Amino acid sequence: MLELSLHILDIVENSTRAGAGLVGISVEEDRAADRFRIEISDDGPGMDEETRAKAVDPFYTTRTVRRVGLGLPLFRQAAQAANGSFSIRSGARGGTTVSAEFQWSHIDRQPLGDMASTLGTLIAGNPGVDFVYTHLRDGAAYTIDTRDIRKEIGDVPLDHPDVLRIIGDDIREGLRNINADQ
Amino acid sequence: MSKIKIEDLKKIKERVSAENALRAGERRVKVTVHMGTCGIAAGAREVMNTLIGEIDESGVSDVVVTTSGCMGLCSREPLVTVEVLGKEPIKYEHVDPARMRQIFRRHVLEGEVQTPFVLAKGREKTD
Repeated sequence: MLELSLHILDIVENSTRAGAGLVGISVEEDRAADRFRIEISDDGPGMDEETRAKAVDPFYTTRTVRRVGLGLPLFRQAAQAANGSFSIRSGARGGTTVSAEFQWSHIDRQPLGDMASTLGTLIAGNPGVDFVYTHLRDGAAYTIDTRDIRKEIGDVPLDHPDVLRIIGDDIREGLRNINADQ
Repeated sequence: MSKIKIEDLKKIKERVSAENALRAGERRVKVTVHMGTCGIAAGAREVMNTLIGEIDESGVSDVVVTTSGCMGLCSREPLVTVEVLGKEPIKYEHVDPARMRQIFRRHVLEGEVQTPFVLAKGREKTD
């Protein structure tokens, strides 16, 4: 994977497949501190300590159709390659948070890439799940919350093509306004 | 989200509610883009973008899009399954935006299976 937004798509798909109803995606760029941080938190069932510890092992997966699980290991590798760190917090009582930190200016730090497409794909594939995406860049902020959109559209589904187009445009425009990394 | 966009959403609500009153949301085709780690790494997000664009452009409202996980055939990703109601699902392999457009226009809209890209027929297990 060549963009952080693809890792985000992959990790959030884990959340939705685990049954999460709300997923928060937060991206924080602090260039003064030379930090780039991504945090994904869900309200899914969570993992017990044993599962959490095994989750970054590429040879661990809950699936039966293959013997490897590369999503989290690849995300961790992307962080480590950019002088960063990676952690997963989870409780058996529910909720999982995946955090990755990168050195903003590191030559191997992947670009964020196309967040509008990542959100569009997540919503199209999981129209019943809510997403909150927050992006901070040196103090400027952009936020989109699908719960606010649902309030406006009533019984029109979130994955209606016209709604997806407006969401995509809003993300592209919002990220441009705060000069976000793309 | 900006004020203008919220106004746009309200307009969509009014228009779509009027449309729905005319045709009571029948679903004729289900298209699944496999969105596991392998699919994403192989370009499934671009395929999804193309599919959403095609649906938007053609104006059809009886096509449902969804995503699924990996089914263990990672080397054939990106995979797309087209299921026309009442027919066996068809799985396409190595789908890129060009193949997706062709599959949408010929198979989804016209019902003509695009044999050269077919991997398999029938249902699979994804977990």
